[in-house]
Amino acid sequence: MSDISRRTLLSGSALLLASTAMPAIGWTQTPKKGGRLVLAADSEPRNLNPAIVASNGVFFISSKIVETLAEASFDGKDGLEPRLALSWEGAADGLSVTFKLREGVKWHDGKPFTSADVAFSALQIWKPLQNLGRTVFKDLASVDTPDDFTAVFKFAKPTPFQLIRNALPALSSVVPKHVYEVGKIEENPANNAPIGTGPFKFGEYKAGQYYKLTRNADYWGKDEPYLDEIIYQVLPDRTSAAAALEAEEIQLAAFSAVPLADLDRISKVPGLKVISKGYEGLTYQLVVEINHRRKELADVKVRQAIAHAIDKDFVVKTVFLGYAATATGPVPKNDPQFYTADVPTYPFDVAKANALLDEAGYGKADDGKRFALKLLPAPYFNETKQFGDYLRQALAAIGIDAEIVNNDAPAHIKAVYTDHAFDLAVGPPVFRGDPAISTTILVQSGIPDGVPFSNQGGYKNDALDALIAKASETLDTAARTDLYKEFQKEVAADLPLINVAEWSFISVARDTVGNIANNPRWAVSNWADTYLES
Amino acid sequence: MTRALTLIRRRLVGSIFVLLIVIIGTFLLLEAAPGDAVDAYIVSTGGDAGMIELLRHRWGLDQSELTRLANYLWALLHLDLGQSVTFSRPIREVIIERLPTTLLLMVSATALSFGLGSALGIYAGARPGSFRDRFLSIGSLALYAVPGFWLGLVLIVVFAVDLRWLPIGGIESLASDKTGFARAADIAVHLVLPVSALGFIYLALYLRMMRAGMAEAWRQDFVLAARARGLSRRRIVLAHVARNALLPLVTMLGLQSAQMLGGSVVIESVFAVPGLGRLAQEAVASRDTPLLLGIILTSAVLVIAINLAVDIAYAFLDPRVGASEAGA
Repeated sequence: MSDISRRTLLSGSALLLASTAMPAIGWTQTPKKGGRLVLAADSEPRNLNPAIVASNGVFFISSKIVETLAEASFDGKDGLEPRLALSWEGAADGLSVTFKLREGVKWHDGKPFTSADVAFSALQIWKPLQNLGRTVFKDLASVDTPDDFTAVFKFAKPTPFQLIRNALPALSSVVPKHVYEVGKIEENPANNAPIGTGPFKFGEYKAGQYYKLTRNADYWGKDEPYLDEIIYQVLPDRTSAAAALEAEEIQLAAFSAVPLADLDRISKVPGLKVISKGYEGLTYQLVVEINHRRKELADVKVRQAIAHAIDKDFVVKTVFLGYAATATGPVPKNDPQFYTADVPTYPFDVAKANALLDEAGYGKADDGKRFALKLLPAPYFNETKQFGDYLRQALAAIGIDAEIVNNDAPAHIKAVYTDHAFDLAVGPPVFRGDPAISTTILVQSGIPDGVPFSNQGGYKNDALDALIAKASETLDTAARTDLYKEFQKEVAADLPLINVAEWSFISVARDTVGNIANNPRWAVSNWADTYLES
Repeated sequence: MTRALTLIRRRLVGSIFVLLIVIIGTFLLLEAAPGDAVDAYIVSTGGDAGMIELLRHRWGLDQSELTRLANYLWALLHLDLGQSVTFSRPIREVIIERLPTTLLLMVSATALSFGLGSALGIYAGARPGSFRDRFLSIGSLALYAVPGFWLGLVLIVVFAVDLRWLPIGGIESLASDKTGFARAADIAVHLVLPVSALGFIYLALYLRMMRAGMAEAWRQDFVLAARARGLSRRRIVLAHVARNALLPLVTMLGLQSAQMLGGSVVIESVFAVPGLGRLAQEAVASRDTPLLLGIILTSAVLVIAINLAVDIAYAFLDPRVGASEAGA
């Protein structure tokens, strides 16, 4: 009992920490013009073209240069806010979507932005080359451009408008046709020095040192942008971002560049604020991936036993220090469209887990062990590794002897998704606003070997496959949403994988940085309204 | 002079075999590491089967290992280091961009550890067994035992965060447009902490070697002779004892250059210095085999050149050494 109350207390203090940071965000003051924002970057993406590489690492820098058709929004209709597109409308038959585009927008090289650029980006880049677009836009047949500011996407097969809409913030980066139409798109120099319509122009990149973006004086947003320059200082060591903030060498560290363990200390440094808002659209899911080729794990009772053995509250409080939420299924709780709490749950119950394993016929041997397995925690985050250690102990409590196998990132990817050399793995898939973008693939069958962040555990459930197929061609938004609620139920019941927690990133910034975290994808949005108080 | 030339010729022939072994060894080691450049790339992007196949083809990873090794060696014969898959740029360019920074760091750190180490060694060895000798020996040994990254972090916390005397990292101020002398001064300020972190670790080595060499030299007859001639203690220490103890340190200088390169990987990461060491770490993490081969090759050439220079210097400093090798 006392244990529980201590936990509640802890979560309370984390909430308090988050809420003390809020007032500074919500209250808009008159933004100041000018100034150089210096922030930490922990990696250096080589290809900065977000139309080809739709990933947070690339967006972090290039979303300020290259804009999408629409951006995510806390209060906009359908969670969207216009950018290069002013409106979007789907046809009832699901065969076309019409975009009305913003007029008077100029590329950074002075040429006008038109519907031809959108058509080119969609057909020549998103569909054939983009990591996510290849799936979402696979049935895109053509893009009609009746005039310079109208683009009509035509699909060969009915495609849910809801999916296209949800994909806009991450998948619809528009690049200039006149720059990319000559030569191979993958080798275009603009991939390393992007040209866009955004509030900032690409300035210079010094490998291993910094990226510099400069103000676009011709930006379409009134009075925007406020900042003169944005400098991303490359700080590869995870401890140095906190030191640089304290030494006032940088003013912002996004994407949890300051490790969770340092947040408590850094939140007490005068002039610094810890912000857990602004990443709602970039939710990561802590998932136990299961290799169903193992006969023990193919038994749903064993999977349920493992789910019962995991104390999700403990994981949130200990591994994530409160900066996370417990998960119930494959859609995160903070998703406004699809989430349902009405799914089978697995409360922490070691006795029940043991009973389920006994029932399944895997009794304890004389040494107290039932069977042994290999556990591969993904190395990309501290938290996935720490959860791996926790899971090993949790499994030991129910007589499952897990051996942890540590790999670096490429080795882990190969072991799990190509070689299937795992029994259990800990992975951090991303929920991207619609289950069809990168979530259903985690449990769907028939995916070729080697596809990362997909069902490589040999799981096959015909009912679930049918449900996914049906949802992918259901055009009515309400009916489609209901199908994905059913999908969550089925996944939670049959446990092709076990969703443990959901988390996102933390920003630490100086008090002088204004308009932080004002949209659900803030760190990867265009920062036109970000400003610095002097 | 001919002695030096013979030495250079013999070394060059030997070096080619050393380099070949280094290249093939590195290549095989990297091939043995699970996952390739495409696996490393898709960690941050994801992607479907078609995209992965496309990438493997574009980066030439769908060819056999033997073909790739043969292609690499063939290109190398034409002095072509190839194309980096992660940077999509010629590797020669990428390395040339980073090499000066690492060289600057290495040379400064070596100068610090060699200069200060031998000076303190002379100071300690002038009176073997004295308090200052014990103090310096133990103190330097303690520094030697400290891991480089830890020393680096402590220096950052004290001098950059608390005192704010020095920048926390980087090689120069970001996008500052400084030129000429102002830029040189800026770089020097940025180098203080990383050079100290790297240099202080190896300081102990020179100090202890100097000290041991001096303790040895004190017992030699020529020191006794010098004393008998009534020379001042200062003169004996500097001109007779220390001078003789200095020779082995020169050898150490050559050997140490390889270790410095290794140490710079850690220090460059901690201090965000854009050098070759960090590039090597990134090349391994992204499984960029040709890039890593290029870096290792550059480092090997560097180490071989430094050792050759040391040997030539040695041959001049101590005629006994070169004679046997050149004559054999």
